[in-house]
Amino acid sequence: MISQAASARLPGTMSADLPTRDRRDPQPPVRHAGAGRWQDKLFEHTTRFFALLVLASLLGILLALLISAWPALQKFGLGFFFTNVWNPVTSSFGGLAPIYGTLVTSFIALLIGVPVSFGIALFLTEMCPASLKRPLGTAVELLAAVPSIIYGMWGLFVFAPLFGDYVQPLLTATIGKLPIIGALFQGAPNGIGILTAGIILSVMIIPFVASVMRDVFEIVPPVLKESAYGIGATTWEVVWNIVLPYTKVGVIGGIMLGLGRALGETMAVTFVIGNAYRISAGLFEPGNSIASSLANEFNEAADPIHRASLIALGLVLFVLTFIVLALSRMLIAQLAKGEGKRT
Amino acid sequence: MITTAAATATPTPASAALYRRRLRTNRINLVLSMAAMAFGMIFLLWILVILFGKGFAALSPTLFTQTTPPPGSEGGLANAIFGSIVIVAAATFISTPIGIMAGIYLAEFGKDGWIARVTRFINDILLSAPSIVIGLFVYTVYVAPVQHFSGWAGSIALALIAVPVVVRTTENMLHLVPASLREAAVALGAPMWKVILMVTLRAVRGGVVTGILLAVARISGETAPLLFTALNNQFWSGDMNAPMANLPVVIFQFAMSPYEDWKTLAWGAALLITLTVLVLNILARTLFHQSATR
Repeated sequence: MISQAASARLPGTMSADLPTRDRRDPQPPVRHAGAGRWQDKLFEHTTRFFALLVLASLLGILLALLISAWPALQKFGLGFFFTNVWNPVTSSFGGLAPIYGTLVTSFIALLIGVPVSFGIALFLTEMCPASLKRPLGTAVELLAAVPSIIYGMWGLFVFAPLFGDYVQPLLTATIGKLPIIGALFQGAPNGIGILTAGIILSVMIIPFVASVMRDVFEIVPPVLKESAYGIGATTWEVVWNIVLPYTKVGVIGGIMLGLGRALGETMAVTFVIGNAYRISAGLFEPGNSIASSLANEFNEAADPIHRASLIALGLVLFVLTFIVLALSRMLIAQLAKGEGKRT
Repeated sequence: MITTAAATATPTPASAALYRRRLRTNRINLVLSMAAMAFGMIFLLWILVILFGKGFAALSPTLFTQTTPPPGSEGGLANAIFGSIVIVAAATFISTPIGIMAGIYLAEFGKDGWIARVTRFINDILLSAPSIVIGLFVYTVYVAPVQHFSGWAGSIALALIAVPVVVRTTENMLHLVPASLREAAVALGAPMWKVILMVTLRAVRGGVVTGILLAVARISGETAPLLFTALNNQFWSGDMNAPMANLPVVIFQFAMSPYEDWKTLAWGAALLITLTVLVLNILARTLFHQSATR
């Protein structure tokens, strides 16, 4: 009863309990509460203002980019997104090559990153000795903390030369001989290009995807897993048939989070993608992503329409990541909501 | 239980084969899982070993005393280090109050109302929004109207990236405060704002500081948002209204250059940044661990 009366003064729960409190408390506390009321309101409104500021910043970003990109969108129309020209001399711009590069590098990143992240999450939740769980988990998270420009430098100076000298010729000699997909692995093995960018992106998204997967794997009720182990399932069968189906929504959410990261990653990609406005069949060829064209060209773009075109690309990137991240959030939230019901 | 044991004790050839196959699948997949873990760790170690090797080779006292050189001459990173510290510090001072206040609103007032729900959602998206777009945004709303790059623009861009981190941790931390603590303070007659600022927030200050440290760690390595805002400056400058040197952009420009001595400086700068970020991360973790166990 006492705690109820106390919580009655919390704004939000106030109205329902007010009569009870008035009956219980005589004059003095009521007067005291009245004295502080305007300050409380002021405080609440101030905090709400800052919360709305966060909300407004997203709308502001969308609006500002749209306004600045408008000249380009007006001049080139919808064709901007589907034509592959990028010529600052004749002032004609079409963003297909960077959009293609962004999507392909992100796809490669997921193709490599998702299975590896799943393996890491499986290892950390089911196999890892308890004493190693924390250090290894922290190490994976530190991989996420390394600034992306470091990945870029490492990619350019260390990974790309090795990749071009040893791995690319190997790929051409093996997978490159296959029909259809072989065409992807042809080209000059100089280490710089779409594939290298995709691989470095995959290393960068692994920690994000792996941490989400590990977290959702850990919410699986132990009783479910124990039942499966109890009827003789192997570790793999438990993970594949019990844990994964139970958490699939959250796992997809984690993958989307990784995709959102990969789409917008700038520095790591800029160093190794080669910066060429080209759409080529081979993955060894240089390309461009939205973020890398922005990083490379924006400060040199003197022509207003060039600048507007680059901002239009930025808008595309923002809308794309917004959709992916929003889906990711909703999926993860859905899993968290169902958690209480299904156990 | 006994019947199960008996059944497995006398296997038919078919079930024995099935059992072997299941064990084999299990073993293969668990080995693959370990390989995945090793894959991740190898990349972390590889990057760190290269970075420490090249970075420590580049470290020298002149790194901290001289400014960034023109190609072919001796120099250091003093102006970039100074600029980075100033820009990040300003961004922290801008983002901390905004983040904490918004976090308080979400945890204490908004709760499950629509404003809070939408803000939470948007905040989570901003948490992983592409940082280069944030830079582009600050360029369009601040740099373009005032017509020059500046340290302030860089700080604003970084603050926009830091705010969601602080909001998120502050809210999560405030949820950890037991209701009895709030009730006790309210029962003493304290007004709500005093309860929140002096009791609830103080109870979780370790966690909130963790959030701020994580935000600082996040923004000190960010390069993309600074490219279009703070830009770079070859000389020593403390003027926040002018282009300002900073470590990430120096790394970007120097690493991409054809000059060996610039590349060496870039490795030195990369080491400084990574050490800062990793130390801040580890500090935040231990701090959080301490305040959580207390």
